[in-house]
Amino acid sequence: MATDLTRPLSRRWGRAAVAAVLPVAVLVAWQLLSTSGLFTITQLPSPELVWQAALDLGRRGLLGQYVAISTQRVLIGFAAGAALGIVLGAFVGLSRFWAAFFSFTLASIRAVPSLAWVPLLIIWFHIGEAEKVILVAIGAFFPVYTTVAGSLRHVDPHLIEAGRAYGYSGARLFGAVQLPAVLPSVVSGLRLALAQAWLFLVAAELLGASMGLGYLLTQSQQVGRTDQTFLAIFLLAILGSVSDLVVGLVSRVATRRWS
Amino acid sequence: MPPTVPTTPTTRLTPLTSGRAAPSPAVATALPLAFEQVTRSYGGRTVLGGIDLEVAAGEIVTILGPSGGGKSTLLRILGGLDRPSGGRVSIAGSPVAPYDPRCAIGFQEPRLLPWRTLAQNVALGLPRGLAKTDAAQRVSHLLELVGLTHAAEQRPREVSGGMAQRASLARALARNPGVLLLDEPFGALDALTRLKMQDLLLDVHANAPTTVLLVTHDVDEALQLGDRVVLLGSRGDSRSDSREGSRDESDEGQDGTVVARVVAVPGERPRDRGDARLAHLRAELLAGLGIDTHRNPPQRNPPQ
Repeated sequence: MATDLTRPLSRRWGRAAVAAVLPVAVLVAWQLLSTSGLFTITQLPSPELVWQAALDLGRRGLLGQYVAISTQRVLIGFAAGAALGIVLGAFVGLSRFWAAFFSFTLASIRAVPSLAWVPLLIIWFHIGEAEKVILVAIGAFFPVYTTVAGSLRHVDPHLIEAGRAYGYSGARLFGAVQLPAVLPSVVSGLRLALAQAWLFLVAAELLGASMGLGYLLTQSQQVGRTDQTFLAIFLLAILGSVSDLVVGLVSRVATRRWS
Repeated sequence: MPPTVPTTPTTRLTPLTSGRAAPSPAVATALPLAFEQVTRSYGGRTVLGGIDLEVAAGEIVTILGPSGGGKSTLLRILGGLDRPSGGRVSIAGSPVAPYDPRCAIGFQEPRLLPWRTLAQNVALGLPRGLAKTDAAQRVSHLLELVGLTHAAEQRPREVSGGMAQRASLARALARNPGVLLLDEPFGALDALTRLKMQDLLLDVHANAPTTVLLVTHDVDEALQLGDRVVLLGSRGDSRSDSREGSRDESDEGQDGTVVARVVAVPGERPRDRGDARLAHLRAELLAGLGIDTHRNPPQRNPPQ
């Protein structure tokens, strides 16, 4: 067992080391440039200042609050958008009628840029949680809807016919044949949706928010706290990759199990 | 009450409401079937031009015919996967329903669900409402029947084509069909595996006497397995069968496949693969398919 594990493990460490080269180089360059006197603090704060900004916001309890509220908006919006995407995607993917009924409208809505929704959502729902969660849900909806509809439409018709020939139809056929057949691609749709949810979150928080990472971005820019701007960007990068990592693991399990 | 009836702990087998849900496949009741003037056209193209065929319960009938001649269509219509444009198809006297539960189809490709193990794939064919223990028992019985017990937990992509096709056959048998429809089930297998599968099918048929309709493009296979061989062809080809009068040929040219010949195969199964009578029939059938058998001097293998 031990000999089996050592090789992939050392290979994994090797990959991690290679992956670390570029971030470390960027960090070093950043440190050198920011202390060289070429840039003002507002233009390029040093890594240490960004770290200090994190500690400062943390002490005031704002860091945790901002991260928590942003994560909450992403998770709720993602859950709602993905659920709706699965349901509508199933209708469109399984039935020609519903495909004809929905596809044109949804494709048009999809073409609207995320920021364009914000003024309308603020008019309808006022500035608050609903407006932001809805925007995130819109963002998460489309990748899920598209992958579910597309992959259901392309399930091997031979397998579906075999299922029918063995007495399966409707929900039983869906559960036995169609759903397992599309699970791996649905999970990769969810992964895209989660990334898109973070994009739409920032759009929602840039305009009319009083907390959250998007708020930290606009706020710090207005008062010239570039260290906080950097911090917000880092936090978004970290949260985005962590959530992607989690869905990526789920996706690997799903692919192994259902394909 | 005195213990007059000795009850063993395993007699919990309550009588099931439907007879087809019994745990052993050996209780399948073979059903007779009939095609009456069955036609099928797609758009303007007539594929079947009036098929008449009766098959007795428990009989094995093999169907030969040119490619694209509607052999598969015939099976699909009987299984309720397709509808005839005209005529009547019935099993045991009653018309075929969509995806008729009295039939089970073995497709040309195994069509196993890739995410399920072979055992789970076989279970897909089980009739609904079977108790869990009965279902498991039946699946393992069927896997044993087709020699796949050792591979029960493997996925389709981990096994050979022959094993996948055997699993597909077991799935079809799991349905306990009155009529088993096999659409070139061994066509994609190598020659040796195909011979083994033919013997396996005969074993299975001896164990679970169901009516079998088997489409093939292999004349030897048709003769080896069938009680009768049905040769499909165009109307001009029909010779010995009783086709009364000339129906008006309203549509010109393509008017679809009909039963050109029905040949009763002599001898008991399993047949001697080298039987001279079979060789004679083989030449006849090949000629019926429009193949030159080169029977005079140098005997060569006919082209497939």
